[in-house]
Amino acid sequence: MASDFEYFNPGTLDEALNLLSRYGKESKVLAGGQSLLLLMRRKLVAPQYLIDIKGISSLDYIKVNESGDLSIGALTPHRSVELSRKIQQKFSILSEMEQDLAAVENRNWGSIGGNLCHADPAGDPSPVLVALNARLKIASVRGERNVEVEYFARDRFKVDLAHDEILTEIQVPCPALRTGSRYRKFSRMEGGFAIASVAMSITLNAESDICDDVRIVLGAVSVSSRRAREAEKVLIGKEITDELLSEAGDIASEEVDPIDDMRASAAYRRELIRVLVRRVGKEALLRAGNDSWKGISFKDTGRAALLGRR
Amino acid sequence: MKRELKITVNGDLYDLYVEPGTLLVEVLRDKLGLTGTKRGCDSMSCGACTVILDGKAVKSCTILALQANGKEVTTVEGLANGSKLHPIQQSFIDHWAFQCGFCTSGQIMAAKALLDENPNPTRKEIKYAMNGHLCRCTGYNMIIEAILDAANRIQEEAK
Repeated sequence: MASDFEYFNPGTLDEALNLLSRYGKESKVLAGGQSLLLLMRRKLVAPQYLIDIKGISSLDYIKVNESGDLSIGALTPHRSVELSRKIQQKFSILSEMEQDLAAVENRNWGSIGGNLCHADPAGDPSPVLVALNARLKIASVRGERNVEVEYFARDRFKVDLAHDEILTEIQVPCPALRTGSRYRKFSRMEGGFAIASVAMSITLNAESDICDDVRIVLGAVSVSSRRAREAEKVLIGKEITDELLSEAGDIASEEVDPIDDMRASAAYRRELIRVLVRRVGKEALLRAGNDSWKGISFKDTGRAALLGRR
Repeated sequence: MKRELKITVNGDLYDLYVEPGTLLVEVLRDKLGLTGTKRGCDSMSCGACTVILDGKAVKSCTILALQANGKEVTTVEGLANGSKLHPIQQSFIDHWAFQCGFCTSGQIMAAKALLDENPNPTRKEIKYAMNGHLCRCTGYNMIIEAILDAANRIQEEAK
């Protein structure tokens, strides 16, 4: 592999930030490296300085505070997120997402923060974290700031990070009562890259089954994960029915800008979005506590039968 | 500029100097001559390069050697006890779980990591734990059978 870079492995965040403020523009930050090293090997990225932060153990943690808000250190391995009891109990969508993210070998080494910073449009954590309304903490020698995950990815493989900044923490607010969320991706094989994915979070009214809040997030069909805001409008303030979910799916499939590539055509991706929104919406609704959906078999829902694999 | 790398491989401590761009698989194969670990796709898709790093299965084709500094690596060469094969290795032979053998060391190391964590996995759990491994010869059934049987053998031996 290309070796013409200088290598630093700071042991603390402060050291890393100082190195970045000195070498910023010519440097790249390496976490697990499972994305960056592939790009470097193909000479798509050729940093002069490589700042390996994998050894900064203070950025590897999972905490839930008294209000029920979750914070995950940026260097926490995928596998820790997957297996965390705290996450399985209150934020199960995150752990489910991790279970189908690449292979266990990748999850053992790669980190959730590294994945977000790589900003592959087909990445799994991003749509889920947008659905959960998560924020990111970003540090530099100049101080700290926060950004919503929704606005972090700016383009394919481009994020809102200055040259001297490091993502340090992912903050997920405690979900409101009667909130259900679900993520599904369609991929060629288990653990494969998403051809299209949908994360949804639905919050129902405390007294009725009216949808107070919904976030529909689409992955792998735009330059970054994106909310289907027009589709959300169809559901907010109403009692969600199968017809409304179908309508939301139809609208969501028009709110995307998919590409043709080796994995699928743009038209196929649109079709998947149409189906997934309806399907994921039902599952999120069930989890939010709307029992009237319990009798519905997902296999009965027309095109959703295509997705009967899991 | 070369950097010092202290790494324990199969119980032996090595003190080496490597270029920062050197991958873990390159150190194992080219510097230490442990060619049991294979380079397949070189992009984390096939699993042939799987080794155990500090108790966890990882793909050594996409980890800098320096990131393993101070850590402990087990490769397929570290499994047998003298001339006695590890139960997983013996089980792969008995179940015809390989033909060309190129993917086998990675498969065996992943199976080892699985059985260390979960000594009695179901068929479904095995399939899930092995989903990062490609084999183009055998199909996968014999591999699954071999791992199921290896789990029994390991438990028998422990009795």
